[in-house]
Amino acid sequence: MSEGEFPIRVRGVRNVFGSHVIHDGLDLDVRKGEILGVVGGSGTGKSVLMRTIIGLQIPDAGEVEVLGDTITDARDDADIDIRSRWGVLFQGGALFSTLTVAENVEVPLREFFPEITDELRHEIARYKVLLSGLPAEATAKYPSELSGGMKKRAGLARALALDPELLFLDEPTAGLDPIGAAAFDQLILNLQQTLDLTVFLITHDLDTLYEICDRVAVIADRKVIAVGTIPELLALDHPWIQEYFNGPRGRAAQDSQVRHDAVKAQISGETISNDTPSRAGPDEA
Amino acid sequence: MRELTDFNLVPADNGGAATLAFSGPMTVASLGAADTRLRNLSDSFNEIDISGVTRIDTVGAWTVWRLSRDHDAKITGCSDEAQKLVDAISKADSNAEDVRAPRLPLLTRVPAHVGEVMIDLGRGMLQVVGFLGQIILSAGTLIRHPGRFRMKALVHQMELVGVNSLAIIGLMSFLVGIVIAQQGAVQLRQFGAEIYIVNLVGRLTLRELGVLMTAIMVAGRSGSAFAAQLGTMKLTEEVDAMRTIGVSPMESLVLPRILATMIMMPLLGFYSAFVGIVGGAFLSSITLGIPFFTFLARIQEVVPLHDVWVGVTKAPVFGLIVALAGCYQGMQVKNNAEEVGARTTAAVVMAIFTVIVLDAFFAVFFTNIGWG
Repeated sequence: MSEGEFPIRVRGVRNVFGSHVIHDGLDLDVRKGEILGVVGGSGTGKSVLMRTIIGLQIPDAGEVEVLGDTITDARDDADIDIRSRWGVLFQGGALFSTLTVAENVEVPLREFFPEITDELRHEIARYKVLLSGLPAEATAKYPSELSGGMKKRAGLARALALDPELLFLDEPTAGLDPIGAAAFDQLILNLQQTLDLTVFLITHDLDTLYEICDRVAVIADRKVIAVGTIPELLALDHPWIQEYFNGPRGRAAQDSQVRHDAVKAQISGETISNDTPSRAGPDEA
Repeated sequence: MRELTDFNLVPADNGGAATLAFSGPMTVASLGAADTRLRNLSDSFNEIDISGVTRIDTVGAWTVWRLSRDHDAKITGCSDEAQKLVDAISKADSNAEDVRAPRLPLLTRVPAHVGEVMIDLGRGMLQVVGFLGQIILSAGTLIRHPGRFRMKALVHQMELVGVNSLAIIGLMSFLVGIVIAQQGAVQLRQFGAEIYIVNLVGRLTLRELGVLMTAIMVAGRSGSAFAAQLGTMKLTEEVDAMRTIGVSPMESLVLPRILATMIMMPLLGFYSAFVGIVGGAFLSSITLGIPFFTFLARIQEVVPLHDVWVGVTKAPVFGLIVALAGCYQGMQVKNNAEEVGARTTAAVVMAIFTVIVLDAFFAVFFTNIGWG
């Protein structure tokens, strides 16, 4: 298969911690230009999968191919070329606490492109911070002076520092208020469309799944049990998937999405026929 | 070799302002050299043509946008993709001021830094005294409410500070004992007074070296650990969590550590002196022909009992200083991980320095009260 179609290919990955098998024979393909949401219960190894793909965790078996390079047998220095083509946002932001936000964004630039002048590097850091939706004042601040949401945005700015093709996001909206989370979803969507990113997104946030994900991969029973759009997943009768999307929270997110689409459609002048959603409530539970 | 961005100025046909035409890729990887030249460009132009650009990313779009903003030029030849990027950048950039971390010139920065250090030093002194006061206050509270005393924490810290350091302190003291005996013997032999090696080793280890070396070792082992532990707990908000639950960090974290060090220091100091004497006896029996047990028996005769008291009296004071420095510095940590390191270093330096200064005062004091 060509690199162009699937920037991330995971084949038969097996991860074992002690006697605890996290993944066994896990396969996953991420298509170019899509936002792939990854869901699964707590402890099913979503973060471990991400760490495996970006080479922080060496699997006990299997193969991971990112942008045409095999991560699983690459040495540290050998795969540096790929490292400059992806950006990673860790759960807590993982900003370097002794550097300002601007300096944080400058780190990857300095590392990979030392020939860039200080002036341009500073300008790049500044507009990346602005693109991430932070005010310009935030560039001179230290991570400890930022709120949780601002840290995530600063982390995103650093992840985008090198104009990556691939973006890994680990629970980007966790811990944000609903307004902040919705704004962050829109930010990711806008950036993804503007910069043609392929996004690997781990989330527990059902609204995020409905709002911005093209496809969703479900991890359960130590492997990816299904990948597809949400309607495709709803058609499956795996108990965990049904419970996840049709539980009370899943319902609420689904309804709000339908309402949201209806409003959007009305605004854009299209008439909607009859079915305004009226499924809210636990009548079927 | 990767492709680089290139540009040239095309003069307009009618003699008007020129056009800046870019070619090649305009990406973060290719722009470095071109950017330097662009910034030195003095010619004027009122049009930027990017139709010759093969690939563009946000860094390229930023460069184009910056040039068009600064030179008031219009951008032509945009592909859809380039247009999208330039639009996104211009939207983000507009009406946002450029804020940089302030940086003073060197001539101002150095005196300012020196001043800051001095002010911090003064404030630090006051804070240490304040911290000691807090400790005494919570010790007072504990005496009134003995039920709240954390026996388990105290015993645990005593194990960490005392029992776990027996091996390293023993080895160190044994070697120091050997060195004193060996070096002393070389000098005393000149007077034929090798037998005084017993006085030298016995009095020196019991009065001074046992306690002093132990204090230095405990500062390095436990004082630093206190600072790092408490500092990390401050960073991860564990200390705040304790407060909200109603557990006083002073009572549960600081006091057990300070008490444990104050209790263990005299024991460790005495142990260190004893092992030092054994080391001296060991060397003397090998090289000077003084039998091992004769050496030990002579110790009882030549070392006055008050030498033991001198060592044992100093030890808890040194323990207090070492633990106080560690706990104080640890509790001062805020903001970031770098500070944990800096505070740990400060704790050890402060502890060792103060211990040595105090030891000099003790030496004069004990001699003057007749325990010479």
